[in-house]
Amino acid sequence: MSGFLTLVARELRRAWMQGGLVLPIAFFLLVAILFPFALGPDSALLARVAGGVIWASALLAALLPVERLVAPDLENGTIDQLVVRGMADATIAAAKMVGHWLGFAPLLMLASGIAAALLGADGAALVRIEIGLLIGSPGLAALGVATAALTAGLRGAGAVAGLVMLPLAIPLLIFGAGSIAAAPGALKLLGAVSLLLVAGAPFVAGLAMKLARD
Amino acid sequence: MPGGALAFRDVTCVRGGRTLFAGLSFAVEKGGAALVRGANGAGKSSLIRIAAGLLKPYEGIVAYTPPRALITEDAALDPELPLARALRFWARLDDSERDRDAAVAAALDTFGLAELAEVPVRLLSTGQRRRAGLARVVAADALTWLLDEPANGLDSVSVEALERAIARHRKAGGAVVLATHLPLAVPRAQEILLGAG
Repeated sequence: MSGFLTLVARELRRAWMQGGLVLPIAFFLLVAILFPFALGPDSALLARVAGGVIWASALLAALLPVERLVAPDLENGTIDQLVVRGMADATIAAAKMVGHWLGFAPLLMLASGIAAALLGADGAALVRIEIGLLIGSPGLAALGVATAALTAGLRGAGAVAGLVMLPLAIPLLIFGAGSIAAAPGALKLLGAVSLLLVAGAPFVAGLAMKLARD
Repeated sequence: MPGGALAFRDVTCVRGGRTLFAGLSFAVEKGGAALVRGANGAGKSSLIRIAAGLLKPYEGIVAYTPPRALITEDAALDPELPLARALRFWARLDDSERDRDAAVAAALDTFGLAELAEVPVRLLSTGQRRRAGLARVVAADALTWLLDEPANGLDSVSVEALERAIARHRKAGGAVVLATHLPLAVPRAQEILLGAG
């Protein structure tokens, strides 16, 4: 267990030292700010689309760190060393997932408050956005780690990662954005999708890392 | 496995449809050493990776007494960290009973890296990084060392330091499996020649 926590701490430290914490958030805010420029200064329209914009921006921002999540560790032998120490691939992937979520979600939720204010969403909508992100972001982090492991070592991994990850993230987007319109059951379905991704991703990512070793 | 450190029984290794070696059996006792030799592509690295549990043998059984420590061509040290901190990360995972800082400091000293303790890993030269990887193995306090081409890129002073470290490890009851194409003085080591038959 202490080994697991050491790995989680390492993920956070690496994200921090490589600017992996701030960059996706800055990107998220930038994408969210693009929409008012594209749609024009119609505040009623902006307030109505705010939730969807924030969710779509969050999805795109989640793509940014994918390339540095697994590939560097496979390349420099870190995963090998962990396996020699008797750690299971799925455990390594789970630690990466937790570390990634801790570095990504709190800042994303903070930045969502800023984005919501810029787009003119009201307080009730903001609360629903934050609850949705709290439930959905673990799924987003899980998907990020799984995608990172699946695409590690490929040429042009960044572009391929987008093609792998975004379609799989559509359920999160549908139910996340749906929950803002207070669609019945959207939050529960969002939770279900997120849970499924969190439960499955360590095994998918672990298997991908195992195959990459062969 | 009582008594021994590592044993191969009828191990066959197949990579990419090619049989690299078949029916290989050997055992390394505590305090013993095995020197794996063979031409490029004969399967030296694969043998080390099988011994480390990173590759599954196509056939046969590998028995070992944990813990093992491995060095391959990758140093596996976080490039942005100062050398000593990068090594302490692994020492912490290894959960050795010894004092981590002292173990890391002693390992750094073994390979003449004490002055570089605060230098980020990414600024180290190839040879220095290689020595840092060896320091990680020394600091791990593992029973069996699995060394894949440990002398690559080392200067003669470092090669001697490596030979001394191996001798000290064996004296303390540790075992060493070593794949190399460079001449390394490892007394009383059994030789495993790959690709000869």
